[in-house]
Amino acid sequence: MNWLNAVVQGIFLGGLYALFACGLSLMFGVMRIINLAHGDISVLGAFLIWTISTQAGISPFLALVPALPVMLVAGYLLQRAVLARSLRGGVVIPLLTTFGLSIVIQNALLQIYSPDVRSLGSAAGSISTGSRRLTSQLSIPYLGVLTLATAVLVLGGLQLMLQRTGFGREMRATAQDPDTAALVGIPSASVYARATAIAVATATLAGGFLAIHSTFDAASGPTQLIFAFEAVVIGGLGSLWGTLVGGVVLGIAQTAGATINPQYSILAGHLVFLIILASPRGRAILTRSAG
Amino acid sequence: MSLLRVDRLVARHGLLQAVREVSFTVAEGEILAVVGANGAGKSTLLRTIAGAHPAAEGTITFAGADVTSVPAHRRVRDGIALVPEGRKLFAELTVEENLMVAGRRARPGDWNLESVLDAFEMLRPLRRRRAASLSGGQQQATAIARSLMTNPRLLMVDEASLGLAPVAIDAVYASLTTLTGASATLILVEQDLGRALSVAGRVLCLLEGRVALSATTAEVTREQVTSAYFGLDRGARPGAGPSLLENS
Repeated sequence: MNWLNAVVQGIFLGGLYALFACGLSLMFGVMRIINLAHGDISVLGAFLIWTISTQAGISPFLALVPALPVMLVAGYLLQRAVLARSLRGGVVIPLLTTFGLSIVIQNALLQIYSPDVRSLGSAAGSISTGSRRLTSQLSIPYLGVLTLATAVLVLGGLQLMLQRTGFGREMRATAQDPDTAALVGIPSASVYARATAIAVATATLAGGFLAIHSTFDAASGPTQLIFAFEAVVIGGLGSLWGTLVGGVVLGIAQTAGATINPQYSILAGHLVFLIILASPRGRAILTRSAG
Repeated sequence: MSLLRVDRLVARHGLLQAVREVSFTVAEGEILAVVGANGAGKSTLLRTIAGAHPAAEGTITFAGADVTSVPAHRRVRDGIALVPEGRKLFAELTVEENLMVAGRRARPGDWNLESVLDAFEMLRPLRRRRAASLSGGQQQATAIARSLMTNPRLLMVDEASLGLAPVAIDAVYASLTTLTGASATLILVEQDLGRALSVAGRVLCLLEGRVALSATTAEVTREQVTSAYFGLDRGARPGAGPSLLENS
């Protein structure tokens, strides 16, 4: 068993999970809602990138350029038109709303794109399959490095935005106390909408990497939501760098499980998640999310 | 002309009428003290004027414009600022961040980060500290400074002395009257009658959500205010009903 290679591959896989998870973490951190449609939104983004890439005959990395602003606007409108109303209904209504949104997106994708599986691996070129062999047992995949680097850049950029910009301060203030934020002139509806726009855009980016990394179809969303949710909980709700750590831990757990037996891959990830949840750290996270 | 005009304002918490047909005006440059016992409706009145609580009936006119339905964050840009009861600082933000977040969408004016830190010198060495780690007096100073960052035309302070040591209360009141200046318009909610009457030019006493007394501090005695505060002269005043419920 090549444990070193399993850990290395797990770190790179964790970068993909961190990309999925950062939008979920951001929405929970700012609005205290768990977006059950997050996985489906990332798959919607994957299909958008697939469409642009195949129609225009361009690389999926180039297709990201028009796709991201479109999904940014879509996220803003989603918050303003749909989620804003559900926020006034307490804790359960946003969950039901996003669950309903998940079903709508899945079925819309099924109608438009059929159940056929798709991939953008070949359209991405040699980067999707190439790697640098360090030893006979250890190789570094170029796509993995790119994914992890992108995750670090996105999370770092978000952290910088939250800590160093006026908008970031408004988001942090609104997350702590939206009523008092309004008393100092902060429009919480606008803050929420921009946070959702960023979350949807990062989900789209994650969807694009998913499409290059492996196959996807209209029903792939819930699986990605589970991995994103596990990464967020493992790393700590509302903590962006924690999301990266959570993603990496989950990735390593899955690759380590696969090293023992390929059928244990997903199970190993779930086991690590459950262990974290049952720990004092997990109880603190649950208490915070209920509060 | 009045800067603020409140006309037959009603505010409710569920079925309970917390503010019952309250009417008053505040002129530019005036300091109005709103006094009353716990549950009299003082905080609800201020929160309704600030837009943090919905008005059920009545109107609020500020600088000639009806702001009754205007959202709270827009009233701040119009010039209404509230220092809420309990300070309500953003605990995980630093002192400086608490101030900057209020200044981002502020009206044009003299107050900015440097001028506020000059005015509240005690905050300058604390600017990088998390608000949650401050003492009560420091938090109150930060809360007032934060509201000043919005360059308000009307500053409302709810229970500035709540939970503070006497020395800290003195410092807060000294800063309020000095910093807001001669042309400032201030509404102070205060349970300490002596403190309120010493700084205000007018006093409004609420009892069970209604106005029990409205007068200048020059024309009213402390005994009269105390009497209105506790409803001791209620039997002699028509319209002072005992019940807070809407339909009683």
